[in-house]
Amino acid sequence: MSDRVYVIGADMIRFGRFEDETPPSLAAKASLLALDDCNVGIQDIQAVYSGNCGETMVGQRMLQIIGQTGVPVANVTNACATGATAFREAWMAIRAGVCDLALAVGSEKMAKGVLVRKNRAGDAVPREGLVGSETMPAVFAEMGMEHARRFGTTLEQFAMVSVKNHFHSTMNPKAMYQKETPLEEVLGSEMIAYPNTKLMCSVNVDGSAAAVLCSEKKMKSLGLSKRAVLVKASALASDPFTPRNTVMPDLNAVTQLAANAAYESGGIGPDDIDLVELHDCFATAEICHYENLQLCAAGEGANLLQSGATTLGGKIPVNVSGGLLSKGHPLGATGIANVCEVVMQLRGEAGARQVENARVGMTHVVGLGSACAVHILERI
Amino acid sequence: MSSDALKAATQFVALNEKSEPYLVGSRCEACDQLFPGLRQHCAGCYSRDCMKQIDLGTHGSLYSYTVVHRSYKGVSVPFVSAVVDMDGGGSIKGTMLNVPPDPDELTFGMPLSVVFRCASCINPEAEGYVSHFFTPALDA
Repeated sequence: MSDRVYVIGADMIRFGRFEDETPPSLAAKASLLALDDCNVGIQDIQAVYSGNCGETMVGQRMLQIIGQTGVPVANVTNACATGATAFREAWMAIRAGVCDLALAVGSEKMAKGVLVRKNRAGDAVPREGLVGSETMPAVFAEMGMEHARRFGTTLEQFAMVSVKNHFHSTMNPKAMYQKETPLEEVLGSEMIAYPNTKLMCSVNVDGSAAAVLCSEKKMKSLGLSKRAVLVKASALASDPFTPRNTVMPDLNAVTQLAANAAYESGGIGPDDIDLVELHDCFATAEICHYENLQLCAAGEGANLLQSGATTLGGKIPVNVSGGLLSKGHPLGATGIANVCEVVMQLRGEAGARQVENARVGMTHVVGLGSACAVHILERI
Repeated sequence: MSSDALKAATQFVALNEKSEPYLVGSRCEACDQLFPGLRQHCAGCYSRDCMKQIDLGTHGSLYSYTVVHRSYKGVSVPFVSAVVDMDGGGSIKGTMLNVPPDPDELTFGMPLSVVFRCASCINPEAEGYVSHFFTPALDA
């Protein structure tokens, strides 16, 4: 077994709409980029973990494009935590000593517009509109309104999340949208589900991202210690029981559970984190997750944002990539794309959006249903 | 709505012996946790086959909400999606009627009443199915 597992290669395509691509072809593009990032060939990879929400056997079908090596492939799905779950599977395989070098890849082809949920068993009539709303913007709006109820958070404060993340995106050539949006523009865009306006919703796009992980021994034998990044902690949680969980997915509790586990297993605390890429699928979520990830005390999330602490140059920059709000959110790819950002930052290769002296970074995703994955990465 | 034609639109509604609709829930006999709809086991205390079918009552308060302006194709907007804490315990989601779809008209904790209407008021294809809705408290 290998106690220390490293990311040696990580890259993503710029997300967008690719009519002629398939999930396997998208996955192939990101995988080749990540392999090239560490000068490793597909023939060197001993296991593949592929994340995708919409299709089956994407990992194998990707290898049919870039090289059928016969290695074990597992396809994972975990809603918006899918990519991070594939990454964690690769981490576990290496940590367990089953292999030394593994590829984690996430991909997705998305439909446009609001995600539609399948009709549930037990209901004669579809629930949407009849029993409130189950669209993603509505679910995350209700999460934000719960925060507003507890702490008085305002529409303007939630909108400031989009102002910040869209500002960051202007420094990320791989963000789908690279455009600043002043507060008035965010507030003035189409209301989707109060308080989330259109510019406070991540966009459903196609995309892929990949990471190559390896053991300490392998990392040294490949001579990659200069650019390797240590996986300091990996945590995955399912939603623990809370009283309203069956009617209102409790994404706070599941994030708190995963964050606590990551801090504990990494032997570090929130003060040690230099940057965070968290799951800003909707602007309302980001303020809640500041608190869930212990970047500030409960109720202090909006103040933390308004103080500038989470803006590039602040005490704990959050989503300097532009976040899901700017990059787009191809479900299966998202969790690995945020690993790509943190790896780039810890290597000091992030250009204009580089967080100064970044040593330790955190990634966070939640999947509705619910799952939360938190990873802590460290420069060595 | 003629009562003999009524059918439950969702798993949150059941009909009593007089064919009157009520908000159906489950109570765990081991830990007293309440759940909307019928279920067999307890997700909270992990007890098995511990659920008793109950009526969740007709009064609650607004816990959280959103005003939905964009929904699935064919669903009329805007409408208020509410998360409601029932006065006798348990929480359930629902659509609000008789209130403007405006955050200024909604207050956290405001008392609400459960009403039952034909689901066709939302979905024209749901004639004959009864569903639950919330309104500002009728007897407040």
